[in-house]
Amino acid sequence: MSQTDDHQGTRRDFIYYATAGAGAVVTGAAVWPLINQMNPSADVLALASIRVDISAVDPGTQITVLWQGKPVFIRNRTEEEIAEARAVDIDSLPDADANNENLGAVPATDENRSLDADGKWLVQMGVCTHLGCVPLGDEGDFGGWFCPCHGSHYDTAGRIRKGPAPRNLPVPVASFVDETTIQLG
Amino acid sequence: MGGIPHDHYEPKSKATKAINSRLPIIGLLHDTLMIPTPKNLNWMWIWGIVLTFTLALQIITGIVLVMHYVPHVDMAFDSVEHIMRDVNGGHMIRYFHMNGASLFFVAVYAHIFRGLYYGSYKAPREITWIIGMLIYILMMGAGFMGYVLPWGQMSFHGTAVITGLFGAIPFVGESLQTLLLGAGAVGQPALNRFFSLHYLLPFIIAGLVIVHIWAFHTTGNNNPTGVEVRRTSKEDAAKDTLPFWPYFVIKDLFALAIILAVFMAVVGFMPNYLGHPDNYIPANALATPAHIVPEWYFLPFYAILRAFTADVWIVQIVNFLSFGIIDAKFFGVLAMFGAIVVMGLAPWLDTSSVRSGRYRPMFKWWFALLVIDFIVLMWVGARPAEYPYDLISLLGATYWFAYFLIILPVLGVIEKPLPQPATIEDDFNAHYGPKDGGSATTPAE
Repeated sequence: MSQTDDHQGTRRDFIYYATAGAGAVVTGAAVWPLINQMNPSADVLALASIRVDISAVDPGTQITVLWQGKPVFIRNRTEEEIAEARAVDIDSLPDADANNENLGAVPATDENRSLDADGKWLVQMGVCTHLGCVPLGDEGDFGGWFCPCHGSHYDTAGRIRKGPAPRNLPVPVASFVDETTIQLG
Repeated sequence: MGGIPHDHYEPKSKATKAINSRLPIIGLLHDTLMIPTPKNLNWMWIWGIVLTFTLALQIITGIVLVMHYVPHVDMAFDSVEHIMRDVNGGHMIRYFHMNGASLFFVAVYAHIFRGLYYGSYKAPREITWIIGMLIYILMMGAGFMGYVLPWGQMSFHGTAVITGLFGAIPFVGESLQTLLLGAGAVGQPALNRFFSLHYLLPFIIAGLVIVHIWAFHTTGNNNPTGVEVRRTSKEDAAKDTLPFWPYFVIKDLFALAIILAVFMAVVGFMPNYLGHPDNYIPANALATPAHIVPEWYFLPFYAILRAFTADVWIVQIVNFLSFGIIDAKFFGVLAMFGAIVVMGLAPWLDTSSVRSGRYRPMFKWWFALLVIDFIVLMWVGARPAEYPYDLISLLGATYWFAYFLIILPVLGVIEKPLPQPATIEDDFNAHYGPKDGGSATTPAE
């Protein structure tokens, strides 16, 4: 039973590693629930979809509704705004992706961002893609939105044109229920 | 504890002998309080006491405020107003706590720049410095989360912006932001957990403060000359030092009294001067305040965050080299945290063997410029993100990094330092004359 016996040493090593390994696994198993409890709880995740009445939104105006704790801009755009947004050269945009959850990865044309084919209705998250402030409507150098926090300018299609924000304003999952009702989510 | 040779505590009475042989707590307190302290410390060495006092002030007023505060999105704002209007003396307690945060940061910035000028971060005090930086980071966390609790407009949208910083990290950012907020957006889960952590952090800070003190009691205090206390014998050490009690305690308390007079004036006559009126508007997720700025003590780093926009060439190069993973937004976040990291690395970036800036003729000017840079960044951080402020913040941010990454390493090589006094005693005598009545023996002074 000498301490230098290879056979004995290997068995002892095995016990050391097995104990350390089990200790690591148990520690991880104990810590993970303590971290995971910080993730959204079931009731927070359950806030699914809402319906918005848009009959009172005149051309050239917008409403802001709260959906899943975040503001959503619903804008009834004028002809000039649509024309201005459609005249933009796509290659000149900082973010070439439409960022539209309804469509997947498609070019950031105005048609790919508006909800209807005519481009009258633009539905997008009112959350600046820089650091999450709420941009102001009818402001900025491109006639669309302007984020007062760090100076990001969005155009009339909600696409980032100037400033620190990296992405176009996200278009959430949305659809027409009927002529005057939009469902979010 | 090791360190400077001095007389250790010897229990005399039967009772103290009995206690000290079972738990040497009297000896620990005695040795801590009687620590030999360089006798040439100037008025910049008072901030430690101010900080310790402020930590106690914040913990005590905080515990009291929690007896009335409700961490719920529907009631948080109203419960703060309840404290302000209905709770006996509540408005003063809250104003002390609110402005106590500002006092905390005034003191910590003075303390940090003191360390930067006199080389307090250099060997053998690197661990003291690193622990100090950890305390500073935790203070910023506690300050930020405390600002969220009243659930005003600035609280709410400030939370969106600050947690958005973590969202900028590539790949894991969005999940990390959701994990921090406990939801897709700022709401009840965020308020609840920030309240929990805001209560926790000061106690972690208190623990680190003890380690911070332990560390510099082991190495001994730095002093304005940067020359070490002689450790050759107890007698030599005694010529360079005086015991902390009563000499420095009285001096520090005198300074604290003056600072508290100013603090009381602010709390009493202009308690909201350093705050933002927008935070007296209840939180509204649908509208961001027109001009959102953090509290004054975050402004220099906020300016650095905003300085690096996509049209800056270094951002474009990094973006290209990282195959687009590091975009302007993430670069800004890295720069902001990096600005604190480079400060933490100062002990290893500074190549000069001379500790105190007093004997470094070139360093002095670069250091003065760093202080000015810090103030300029603080000013520009509160300005809108447009010309010329964007350019000023970019220049300011560049100097901040240049100071730590270029100037400190290079100065140590090219600078010719001035002669330093051989001992602290020499320096002290040059100013005040040898002891036993300086005026008679030093006609030159």
